[in-house]
Order: sequence, then C-alpha cells, then structure tokens
Amino acid sequence: MANVVKLKKGLDINLAGEAEKKRICLKPNGKYMLQLDDFVGVTPKVVVKPGEKVKAGDVLFINKEYPEVKFSSPVSGIVTEVLRGERRKVIGIGINADAVQNYVDFERKDVRSLDAEAVIAALLEAGLFGYINQLPYAVSANPRTRPKAIFVSALRDMPLACDFEFELEGQENDFQAGLTALSKIAKTYLGIGRRQSSGALIGATDVEVTVFDGPCPAGNVGVHVNHLCPVNKGETVWTVEPTAVIFFGRLFNTGCVDLRRTVAFAGSEVAKPAYVDMLVGQELATLLSNSIKNDHKVRIINGNVLTGRPTTKNGYLGAHTSEITVIPEGDNADEFAGWIMPRFGQFSVNRSYFSWLFGKRKYALDARVKGGERHMIMSGEYDRVFPMDIYPEYLIKAIISGDIDKMEQLGIYEVSPEDFALAEFVDSSKLELQRIVRSGLDLLRKENA
Amino acid sequence: MSLLRNYLNKIRPNFEEGGKLSAFRSIYDGMDTFLYVPNTTSKCGVNIHDAIDSKRIMSMVVIALVPALLFGMYNVGYQNYSAAGTIATASFFEIFFFGFLAVLPKIVVSYVVGLGIEFAWAQWKNEEIQEGYLVSGILIPLIVPVSCPLWILALAVAFAVIFAKEIFGGTGMNIFNVALVARAFLFFSYPTRMSGDSVWVAKDSILGFGNTLPDTFTCATPLAGIAQNAEVSYSICDMVLGFIPGSIGETSIIAIAIGALILLWTGIASYKTMLSVFVGGGLAAALFAVSGMSSIPWYEHLILGGFAFGAVFMATDPVTSARTEKGKWIFGFIIGALAVIIRVMNPGYPEGMMLAILFANMFAPLIDYCVVQANISRRAKRLTHK
Repeated sequence: MANVVKLKKGLDINLAGEAEKKRICLKPNGKYMLQLDDFVGVTPKVVVKPGEKVKAGDVLFINKEYPEVKFSSPVSGIVTEVLRGERRKVIGIGINADAVQNYVDFERKDVRSLDAEAVIAALLEAGLFGYINQLPYAVSANPRTRPKAIFVSALRDMPLACDFEFELEGQENDFQAGLTALSKIAKTYLGIGRRQSSGALIGATDVEVTVFDGPCPAGNVGVHVNHLCPVNKGETVWTVEPTAVIFFGRLFNTGCVDLRRTVAFAGSEVAKPAYVDMLVGQELATLLSNSIKNDHKVRIINGNVLTGRPTTKNGYLGAHTSEITVIPEGDNADEFAGWIMPRFGQFSVNRSYFSWLFGKRKYALDARVKGGERHMIMSGEYDRVFPMDIYPEYLIKAIISGDIDKMEQLGIYEVSPEDFALAEFVDSSKLELQRIVRSGLDLLRKENA
Repeated sequence: MSLLRNYLNKIRPNFEEGGKLSAFRSIYDGMDTFLYVPNTTSKCGVNIHDAIDSKRIMSMVVIALVPALLFGMYNVGYQNYSAAGTIATASFFEIFFFGFLAVLPKIVVSYVVGLGIEFAWAQWKNEEIQEGYLVSGILIPLIVPVSCPLWILALAVAFAVIFAKEIFGGTGMNIFNVALVARAFLFFSYPTRMSGDSVWVAKDSILGFGNTLPDTFTCATPLAGIAQNAEVSYSICDMVLGFIPGSIGETSIIAIAIGALILLWTGIASYKTMLSVFVGGGLAAALFAVSGMSSIPWYEHLILGGFAFGAVFMATDPVTSARTEKGKWIFGFIIGALAVIIRVMNPGYPEGMMLAILFANMFAPLIDYCVVQANISRRAKRLTHK
C-alpha cells in the first residue's frame, strides 16, 4: 500500500462547466504556434527561418544559456513566422502543418537498459528535455545539474482541471516507460490522489507512489516536494507534469516526438464541456468556434482558472496546458453595493457570504477582482490554503521588501508561483501573489547566477 | 440602478487627471467603489477571485459593533434618567432617544474628522481610500465617556489617524490600534475629562429629552469604586446586561457577545486571540483573588470595564495583533493578564485594558518574529543535518 499524506489545508472551488468524460473530435486547421513563454526561464535562440520546412521533432529554438536544451516542433510543415513582441522578444514560432505528418526518427529504445546519461541525452536530442521543470526557481530545468529527486504529480485538482486518469487511458505503457526513464536519473516520486484507482498509477513501478489526500492544492507538485523531500539551498528537484511523462515514454517506445495531449475544454461559458485531443501549439479557433454559449464577453484561459493565462479565440494551446477554460469576463457586471448585499451567486470562503449554506453548488465566477488592492490586512488567510511548512505571508513580505536573506530563510527555494494561486484567490487584500512570487524567484535566480 | 451607474460614468471624466475636479478624485473613487463593486478584471495571476474584500470585512465589523452601539445609546439615557430619579416614569423611546442625541454628535465628529483626513491623505498620496477608518470611526465614540467634549474628541481622532496610522503607511501598516491611540491621547492629555467620577453620566438635557443634573453630580464606574475599596452597588445581572456607568459601548456583555458571534462566525476575528484574552485575564484575576490582592471574584474582572469590549473588538484587530496562529495565543494571553495586573497593582489606573492592548500591540511583531524564527531554524537545521 502506498504512503498516504493527509492534508487539511486547502480549498476546493466548485465551478460550473466541468468537462464530461468523452472526447470531441476536432478537425485541425493546420495552424500551429509553439509559444516560448510556456518555457519559463528559457532565453530562446530561434534556429529556423520562415519558409523553412520542418518535421515533427526538428529543433525550432534552443536555450541560449544551455544550448544543448532544444525545443522541437510539434508538427511537420512550413515555418510561417517568428512572432516577436516588444523589444523583439520572441513570442512564438508559427507553423503551417502538412496534411500528412512526418516525424524525425529518434529510434526506439528500451528504457530499462538505459542509464541516466543516455536518458538525458535522448531527451535533449529529441527536444523534450525543456518540458522538465526544476525547483528552485520553478523554471525549465538545467541539464548540467543532477536533481536529488524527480517528482511527478498525476493529480490535477485545480478547479475544472483535466482528469489525468481519463487522459491516461490507452497510454499506460508510454506513461510507465516515461516514469522508468526518469527513475534512471534520480529517485522518482509519483503523487496520486485518493480517488485515483487506475492500475497504471497505483501499480506504477520504478517509482515511489504516494497518495495525497486532501483538498486542492493537494495535487500541486510543490506540495508533494515539500512533504516528501523539501528543497534546501543548493539542491535541485525536478518536476515533470504527467503528460510530459507520456511524451517521454512515446519517444522511447516509438522513436517519435508526439506531443498529442488530452485537454479538458471546460468552464461555465462552454456549451458542451468535454475532453479533446490536441497537439501542443494547436490553434484554438477550431475548438472555440460555435462552442461558446453566449455572445457576451468571455475570458478564454490557456490552463485552469487559477494558474492559466488569458488568451484569445485565435490563441494556441500552451505547452504545459491541460485545460482550456472559458468563463465570463464580467467587466460589465455593475454589481451594486457589494459590501453589504447578500450576493448569493458569489463564492467566498468568508461566511459573510452564503456559499457555506449551499454545499456543493457549482458557481459561474467571472474574472473580476471584486475589490481594490490593499495592504495585507487580514492574517492567516493564506495559511488556510497553503499546506506546506512555510509561512506564506512572511515569505510574500520578504519578497515585496526584496530581502534576499529572509526569502532564503523562509523557504523561497521550495515554492513556485502556482503554490500561491489559492492564496491569491482567497486574499481579501487582492494582492497579485503569483506575480510577486515570480518576481522574487527571478530576483534570486539572477543573484545566484 | 443603471441610472446611477450612467450618472457616475458621466461625471467620471471630471475627476480623472486633467479634469476640473481632479483634486477630488479620491472622493469620487471612494464613492464609486462604495456604490458598485469595481468592474476591474484580473490582469495576471488567478483569473477568478473570492468575493470578499476589505470593504466587506470592515462593514461586517461595523455591523458587529451595532448592538454595542445601540445598547450604549440606551444606557446613556438610562444612566441620566436614573441619576435624576425619573427612570420609572420615562418611556423607552425617551431614554433611547436622549442617548441617541448624546452619542450621535460623537459619531459624526469622529467620522467627519477621521474620514476627512483619510480622503485628503489618499488624494495627496494618489492612492485609493482605504476602509480601515470605517471601523476606527465607530470604535472611538464607543470607548470614550459620554461627557467627552467634541473638540477634544476631534483632536484625538486627528492625532490618532495621522500619527498612529497615516505616517506608518495607512490601513494595514499601523503598529498600534488607531482607536486605542485616540483613547490614550485623551487619557493622558485630558485626564480630568476621561476618568474620575464625574464624566460617565450625561448631565445636560438635549432638545427637551433627558434631565439636567447638577455639576457636582458624581457617579463612579464599578471598577473605580473597587479601586477605592468602595462598596459596589451593582448586581452581576446589571454588569452583564450593561446597566452600569462606563464608556459608551463597553458596558453590555450581551451586546458585545452578539458582536463577538458575528466576528467569529464570519471568521474576521480570531477565536484564538479572543479566547486567550479571557483565559489570561481569568487566570491573573483568579491568582489575585486567591492571594487576596483583589477584592472581587475573578469573573467580575472579565465583565467589568472595557475588558470584554477590548477582547472582542480591539485585541482581535488583525493588523495590530500577532499574525501567526501560535502568536495569537500568546498575544491574547498577554493582553488579558496584563489588563488585570494593571487594574489590581496600579492604584492610579482602575482600568488597564487600553494600556494592555497597546502594550501587546508593541510586542506583536516580536511574538511573530519568535514564531517565524522557529520555522526558519527548522529549515536551517535541515540543511546542516543533511
């Protein structure tokens, strides 16, 4: 029986529009764009030019800092553009896909016979290594340091998140191959949820399986790290999202880079919430046309409501995105006297609202901040949704004041911005905690470079 | 409703930068966000937010204070009518309305002066108006004697808002409880108007309501009586219900308890702080009672004077109390124990709650520092024990 870690702190937010467990068939329109912002901490150097022909698995850009880390194309086709933003920062690389896909052949490999070096070399060669993240700093991993452990969380418990067990159906072999490959590099921990019963998860081999039993964010990989193998200064832990483990497994089992993933298409504004198979970088237009309930203003989110980034109808699927969520924007709500009205439709952990009365009711929340930004007033708000041995409030204060010593002492190496997502949700002072944590991590990374 | 919204939208440009009323932008913003939940949507980070905000929190505290306020008004009338000996013939309405008329000017002065400074400060600093003063503004009239002159009150409010809050950076940044700083200012600057035997009962009739009492009339609070070893003529029932002389809002345990329930239910006040204040006070009082230094039973310390009011509404102020969960236990205990120690040991101060809370406010950061330091050293040990 796997170890069980019980967590009390946290919060499950019930949102309307959960994806039904069936797959929609999608006819892709051939437009793809790999977005570089998805790979946090990477300084990209683009190695293709518009008009160039690429196969799925060919390198599109590399990490300037570690040139051996390459990022490969999800499809075969013709590079259409290198999209640049302010100060010529590369935003994405667009590709028009061929009708028939060609894959670079990286040769099948038996993962059981590989050693750590061979696994890393294979991932680097195929341009998949960049899908591994690391703590500290919550950035794309550095291939030159070896981690003390690798963490995979198969539990996605953010609101309306994609159910990994559903995604896993039929991919069990690839997932296990991926886990075995990672276990060659360092001790690998697989975190699963209490309700997950798939044999491929419970019976996963070569890894230590731990059950995390508690409300969201029990599925956050940062919580797993904090409970099982906390990161100290100078140590590194790699974290891999479960779909990337499948990518790795496919590479070893088939020799191809196949970035197909299952995405939950969910949210209160989606007419028929369901699952859909998409390639990383696929244009969302085909998915979104005619599937949004009302014509009024909506917010389309690349990811879940807590950690995802807003995108547009013509956006592209992010590299680490397992949900496309659509919620009302709400910027024309004009709600009267919110400080005193009962506001039955609103969700709050505070009992001055009535959501405590409605139990499992599902809410259609919009994107409003619902208050002005203030100094930190209430105490203990973050604590209640932060199941780690860290004082979140004090860490945030240390980051705001730029006190590097304090940040280190309070455990900044153990956190990533997503760990603060729930705290940011419940915060009555409406501080942008994830942005603040990211700025602190970036500051430290620069200082320690 | 949309009429009002449209009107606000129409006049908004006047208040924006370059508009002819831009000097009053903070007032416009304050009113707009007060009337309507801002439509601003999140730009980064989480895409959805909890409906709670600091306006709602502060409003809940004000609502929690209403029972104490209403009872306080009634008690002001009750004390006046019973001092004049006409309580038996006065109607409930007369009694309450006299109290209402006596208390209302204090609330008005407190809000006008305090919010005036807040608005001006917000405009000067180009910030949004913060709601903290909504609570302080009602707390201050509740913790002064009814005969406190308005000009002194105005002075105290101005002092507290500027020197206890704004210079530290506004709501959320102050070290000392603003309302208590106002009271401390009054207490030390105008001691004759704040304590003694002649300040607790309103002596002038207002608009034909109430009775005019002779200037020489005195009536001590039960605590002052106890400090002078005088016989206390109030029953436990009077003390719990609140029909005793004292600061306007502090007398009724029942009204305060209703407020406490609202604060605890909404999670705005910490039960840890509140409970440990009573535990600390009860323990200290019991020790004094056993040792014979205090002439009253231990529980009377908890129901007399400002103890309950301070424990429920002042000690639990999230900004000035300890912020760590363990720290809250220690913080509350210090307040309770210290308040009783001051009452019993210091013959000059029959009431110790105000000083105890201000003192604990000062030590709250230190308490938190120790609690957080334990986490820091645990982490540091992990590194050395690798």
